[in-house]
Amino acid sequence: MKTCESTLFEKSRPGRRGTMPPETDCPKVQPEELLPAAMLRQAPPTLPELSELDVLRHFTRLSQLNFSVDTHFYPLGSCTMKYNPRVNEKAATLPGFSAIHPLQPESTAQGALALMHSLQDCLAEITGMEAITLQPSAGAHGEITALFMISRYFQDKGEKRTRVLVPDSSHGTNPASAALAGFEVVTIPSNAQGGVDLEALRAHLDSSVACLMLTNPSTLGLFETGIEEIASLVHEAGGLLYYDGANMNALMGLVRPGDMGFDLVHLNLHKTFSTPHGGGGPGAGPVGARGELVHYLPGPRVVRDGEIFRTEAPRKSIGRVRTFWGNFLVAVRAYAYIRTHGSQGLREVSQAAVLAANYMRVRLQGHFDLPYQGTCMHEFVLSARNLKAARGVRATDVAKRLLDFGFHAPTIYFPLIVEEALMIEPTETESLETMDAFIEAMRTLAEEDPQTLHDAPQTRPVGRLDETQAARKPVLAWPE
Amino acid sequence: MSYLPHTQADREHMLEVVGVPSVEDLFASIPPTLRLGRDLCLPEALTEHDLLEHLGQMASRNQEATRSSFLGAGAYRHFVPTLVETVTSRSEFLTAYTPYQAEASQGTLQAIFEFQTMICRLTGMDVANASVYDGGTAVTDAVLMALAQTRRSKVLVSRGVHPHTREILSTYLAAGGGVVEEIPLHEGRTEVPQVGADVAAVVVQVPNFLGQVEDGPALCQAARQAGALAVVAVNDPVSLAVLEAPGAYGADLVCGEAQPVGLPLSFGGPYVGFLAARKDLLRRMPGRLVGLTADGQGRRGFCLTLQAREQHIRREKASSNICSNQGLCALAVTVHLALLGPEGLRRCALGSMSSAAFARERLARVPGFSLAFSGAGFHEFVLRCPAPPEQLLEGLAERGILGGYALGRDYPELADGLLVCCTELTRRQDVEGLALELEALVQAPVEVTR
Amino acid sequence: MIPQDLKYTDEHEWIRLNAEIAEVGITHFAQEQLGDIVYVELPAVGTTLTRGQTFGVVESVKTVSDLYAPVTGEVVEVNPELLSEADEFKPELVNDDPFGQGWMVRVRLSDPSEVAGLLDAAAYKKITEEAG
Repeated sequence: MKTCESTLFEKSRPGRRGTMPPETDCPKVQPEELLPAAMLRQAPPTLPELSELDVLRHFTRLSQLNFSVDTHFYPLGSCTMKYNPRVNEKAATLPGFSAIHPLQPESTAQGALALMHSLQDCLAEITGMEAITLQPSAGAHGEITALFMISRYFQDKGEKRTRVLVPDSSHGTNPASAALAGFEVVTIPSNAQGGVDLEALRAHLDSSVACLMLTNPSTLGLFETGIEEIASLVHEAGGLLYYDGANMNALMGLVRPGDMGFDLVHLNLHKTFSTPHGGGGPGAGPVGARGELVHYLPGPRVVRDGEIFRTEAPRKSIGRVRTFWGNFLVAVRAYAYIRTHGSQGLREVSQAAVLAANYMRVRLQGHFDLPYQGTCMHEFVLSARNLKAARGVRATDVAKRLLDFGFHAPTIYFPLIVEEALMIEPTETESLETMDAFIEAMRTLAEEDPQTLHDAPQTRPVGRLDETQAARKPVLAWPE
Repeated sequence: MSYLPHTQADREHMLEVVGVPSVEDLFASIPPTLRLGRDLCLPEALTEHDLLEHLGQMASRNQEATRSSFLGAGAYRHFVPTLVETVTSRSEFLTAYTPYQAEASQGTLQAIFEFQTMICRLTGMDVANASVYDGGTAVTDAVLMALAQTRRSKVLVSRGVHPHTREILSTYLAAGGGVVEEIPLHEGRTEVPQVGADVAAVVVQVPNFLGQVEDGPALCQAARQAGALAVVAVNDPVSLAVLEAPGAYGADLVCGEAQPVGLPLSFGGPYVGFLAARKDLLRRMPGRLVGLTADGQGRRGFCLTLQAREQHIRREKASSNICSNQGLCALAVTVHLALLGPEGLRRCALGSMSSAAFARERLARVPGFSLAFSGAGFHEFVLRCPAPPEQLLEGLAERGILGGYALGRDYPELADGLLVCCTELTRRQDVEGLALELEALVQAPVEVTR
Repeated sequence: MIPQDLKYTDEHEWIRLNAEIAEVGITHFAQEQLGDIVYVELPAVGTTLTRGQTFGVVESVKTVSDLYAPVTGEVVEVNPELLSEADEFKPELVNDDPFGQGWMVRVRLSDPSEVAGLLDAAAYKKITEEAG
């Protein structure tokens, strides 16, 4: 097979050495002397043997096969692919942050604890919550943390609430998290304006409902104007309202989930707060709570005792959801981001994000279907169904052809309630020229010969891959 | 200070195109009762220069874990080559998105495939996923797989598994997924349990939290003969250079923490959990999987596969809810292992064992101190202390030494126990230094100042 | 593509009756909707299926669908070419020959009267027209 870059295992040669660790000056022992025979490694692990240059060249060349925010525009709806400030990277690599052990005495880590405490406070203020935990490692992790809290809360109250409501436009992690936390998931349809169907909501709200999980703006990029009524209805039925913070980039400094009536929130530091996506992580999904729920947060959390910072588990804590404290170095980056912007800066971020999205919406509507008209927030959803009907071109084809134009595709086929969905979120850090170039590309490909789109991408290291074969006969490791 | 590229002219142009007089109008549909109407109470914005100064000050209030650190307990300080950071700080890896569009992500995908392969080779298993949040949640994932696979509801978990891991498992199973029963330790090692027909999994950690090497074959056998899955957790993969691959002695699932092979201590995160399984458990695996395939012209390529199991498709029927994992951390591990190779890893392992063996012997000679267990260890051991270990640690910290981990809170039966860790980075003089300070502290009890 | 001699369900399964044995699979319409089939999860021989309840899963690259038992009975045979561990694993049979070699399970009916509740070809055709 012709390949772009061979694997490390193919490049390996017996006897090649890379970087060697230091030799200890303690008397050397042999494993056979100390370990029981049954536990001794019979054959050394078959890791590749490569020189330093081999390794560097391999990974440098691999990196050049990628798109990234640093090199390309990524209008991925729901992902908030904004610029990842490099000063935040510098902060995270300061030895005083990266070389500290999570279990060292708290007196020796006061700077770290102070940072976590300050970030907890900032995020609480931004969301209108009373307390924050930084333990969850990702948005989905934050969701399940909140759901565990909800479960325990109702258990303590002696109420048997087994259902969680999610809108049909929700992100897949919402129902997955709810199911994993032991709840039955009930899907609520959206109305014609893309908001929660209040009639349907009313019909499902009873004493068996533990919570409604919502994001606002919705995954359609629309602000749920009936949120106050929704909150009322849910609370009257004795349930809780959970905020999926994936779309927080539209609202910072303008509206707070706590003020909208949400009881619990999670945030995505790797979306709204600019920490890098890293090809799939690490992220962080802090959870905020207010009222009684504060006592259920996972522990330990950082608390302040006069001038000293220490850790403490809330009195009804659900326990741990992670080892140690959470993704501390991700928290450092988010803290640096917030300190860079301050209150006014964050508000300007959200305002700019919303303006940019509306600009693109107005210039693209007419070339693509726009199922939900009118002002959007920080993202909007187009549908390629007009192209599908007229020329047999689908959202996938649009996505692949965009790669040839040098743009990463928008989010496709999400939310599920829009046919051939293309969800676009430019974020606030893209210039007018970049957005215009993307709009031009979209307009051009909408008129191209359908075969060109079906054959796309043509200019990438690989064309469309045989995903069927990959799933039928999975090869998930290089054979020995 | 902000990163907004829009000029006044840009903004006016956009507003004109959108057809509204000001940005404010775009928020007009939001009920006024919901508008914050004030500034957020946040600390003042800082320029880049002042930010670095501020952060530098905060960082300087932390004591770095250097050669005079004997802290392990699930986070280990091993040698990490410079090149790891060189690679992970590359724009195209750092700021790339999840590789859903395979043609734009071959670098990330191939690196993950190489990570999966390395994990399989280290653990002796057939398949490994693209990473999970940390070693603790990895064990939870493995247990959930076992519960689903066997349709049984009980899980036996050794007391030797990391306390945090056991707590996480307890949090996840409190929702009603299963019942955990603890397997006791005898002289620091897991007793081979009686495994009933209602047991889905037997979970042990090798080496265990107290540093002891478990009898892997016996424990796995006990699980399998009862139809339960044998889950082996590995918290320091360096140990797999000298310890037998769990896949070779009967493990069905191997999971754990890969921080020690490529990531700094990071005050606990981000870390990177790994999860590997026998091939018949493939379809129960949570998380992302990268597979090898080809494009229409026969060119080799990599793509995410078996995605139908994942949350974005399966939704409430998904085998897990994981979305973002620890991609860049897994890359760091891949680069690290590629640079070290089998020889380098072995040297880390032997160095760790040697310094730990030296430290065991030397510290046990400090008057009043003794070793808790006589069984084989890798690079950690429990030292019994004549004074409360928490106090000793405070005293040591004042002298710039991180002496280890006090076990009393997690293991009341070892209230006088201090968990001491050595790696290939520990020198003789570091051990001597610790020994002398311990001796001094015990002779003249220290007033612990905070 | 709706063979006249078979019975159907509104979950897009077909049933071929042979005395008290019912052969079950998914229809052409279903496989077209799903796309390339990559995996089929089927019950073991001896399992009892209950009409209306899920008995397995059919997975394509992009989606997963539950399989619903059209009748109640004991599984007496499972298509060996749909078992992923088998050397002869050929999930593409479900796409290429859904009514023939793509059969999934054979069930011994415990209640033959259930057959009356199944759809005939004409009724099933209507369902596909409404759905498509």
